[in-house]
Amino acid sequence: MVKNKNILSISNLKKSYDDFLALNNINLNLDIGEYVVLLGPNGAGKSTLFSILTGMLSPDLGDCIINGYSIKSQNVSALKAIGIVFQQPTIDMELSVLENLNFHARLHGLNLQNLKQEIFNELKVNKLDNKTENKVRTLSGGERRKVELIRALLHNPKVLLMDEPTVGLDPKSRKDLLHKVLSLKKNKNLTTLWATHLVDEAENADKIIVLNCGKILFLGKPNELQKKTRTKSLSDAYFKITEKKDESL
Amino acid sequence: MYFYHFFIAFIGLSIREIKKFSMQKGRLFSAIVRPALWLFVFAAGVGSAKGVDPGILNFYPIQNINYFEYITPGLLGMVLLFSGMQSSLSMVYDREMGVMKILLTTPLPRWYLLVSKLFAGTILSVIQAYCFLIICLPIIYLTTPFVTNISGWIIAFPCIFIFSLMLGALGLLLSVYIKQLENFAGTMNFVIFPMFFISSALYPLWRLLDNGALFVYYLAKINPFTYGVEMVRAASQGKIYYEGILVVILCTLIFILLSIFGYNPQKSIFKKSKKR
Repeated sequence: MVKNKNILSISNLKKSYDDFLALNNINLNLDIGEYVVLLGPNGAGKSTLFSILTGMLSPDLGDCIINGYSIKSQNVSALKAIGIVFQQPTIDMELSVLENLNFHARLHGLNLQNLKQEIFNELKVNKLDNKTENKVRTLSGGERRKVELIRALLHNPKVLLMDEPTVGLDPKSRKDLLHKVLSLKKNKNLTTLWATHLVDEAENADKIIVLNCGKILFLGKPNELQKKTRTKSLSDAYFKITEKKDESL
Repeated sequence: MYFYHFFIAFIGLSIREIKKFSMQKGRLFSAIVRPALWLFVFAAGVGSAKGVDPGILNFYPIQNINYFEYITPGLLGMVLLFSGMQSSLSMVYDREMGVMKILLTTPLPRWYLLVSKLFAGTILSVIQAYCFLIICLPIIYLTTPFVTNISGWIIAFPCIFIFSLMLGALGLLLSVYIKQLENFAGTMNFVIFPMFFISSALYPLWRLLDNGALFVYYLAKINPFTYGVEMVRAASQGKIYYEGILVVILCTLIFILLSIFGYNPQKSIFKKSKKR
């Protein structure tokens, strides 16, 4: 176990697909309880970064330390500390809501008897308590995302990774999901890394990371980005910094 | 604590497999109907009153054996083969549906997850194989004289299990390379059919030599399915076919190792994916 004050630490990360450089020398640290938004256009390298953080891809260079464990060499311990909501649905459509949650709990070695009440409470809070036996296929997109979030939090992770979780959701569901994650930060001091290309989701972030063409263009507070780019809104700041990069290519 | 996690994760994977199997009502039905057709139609048409001579490798107490009886271990292998390939299909389905991502990000060693999934699938395959025996054999037993006792099929359980494990492991290995569900038709043509037909499931191998089909004979000799069928045939007669057991166990280990290698993100299929 590597001693580190950061809950998530990425150093000198590099990943390429043949001659295409997807991530180039990524360095960043996430502190406990931070809500960090990873902003970047499509193809910026966000999903590649998430795939490496979740151990599904191996980096060419560098490493990610999660809760003190290397995802490369101690991935079982590192994975224990993270909850993940992927960009694409990863829920079994043919099973019921409860069956999906139970399946995840068992994969994490959790005692279902102890967890029963907690699952029920979470479903109730998310207004899904009357749909526990429904097949996931019958739920709306927003409800499926809620189930995925409940599932990601079942094992009390230290870091929550959300890879473009609002894709395909209506504005109300988007707002609800964002609100839920912000309340987790407030109430449980949960660290969240939220990847998106929608700038409004970054407004309440403690830190934002602008990623484009596999490179970090900016890392800091939202108002610092505005100051740096001399723009009035975060949205303008984001477009300015990513445009600049595009022009230089 | 760690052991509990391993155990409960295996239970979770098994419950999911069984649940999904129970929801696919047609799966069990087709698993029984397919070999039943071979048994009641094909065997009735091809078999002769004299029976079939298994040749030198004969585990039966008599030299000429009833054809219905001869092809039963082969058809049992057919049930296991289709079921094993179905497991590969479920892995491909999981990958397409995204569930695979959840499996691969579970805090357990990847080899353990794959082996657990393999065992869960094997349990289902063996259940299907015994369902076939329970439903079809009594009908044959009533109409034709069989030398195999009912108890023979119970004694054969360990062999049926490892045979199923080998075919499931092959399915697991194939799932590394089958990227889409549509490619399953290719598996039928290039794996299931050749494996089944170029083996001793339907005819004794000496017939190939007799007919001058040397190439097919040697292919059948290197086909692990042949050894699985003969191993089960021997076990059903209360005999041990050491060569068969050795080949089946060895192939199982090779297929499992290659699957683990294939699902390793540092060495595998994921690395081959090109992103533009």
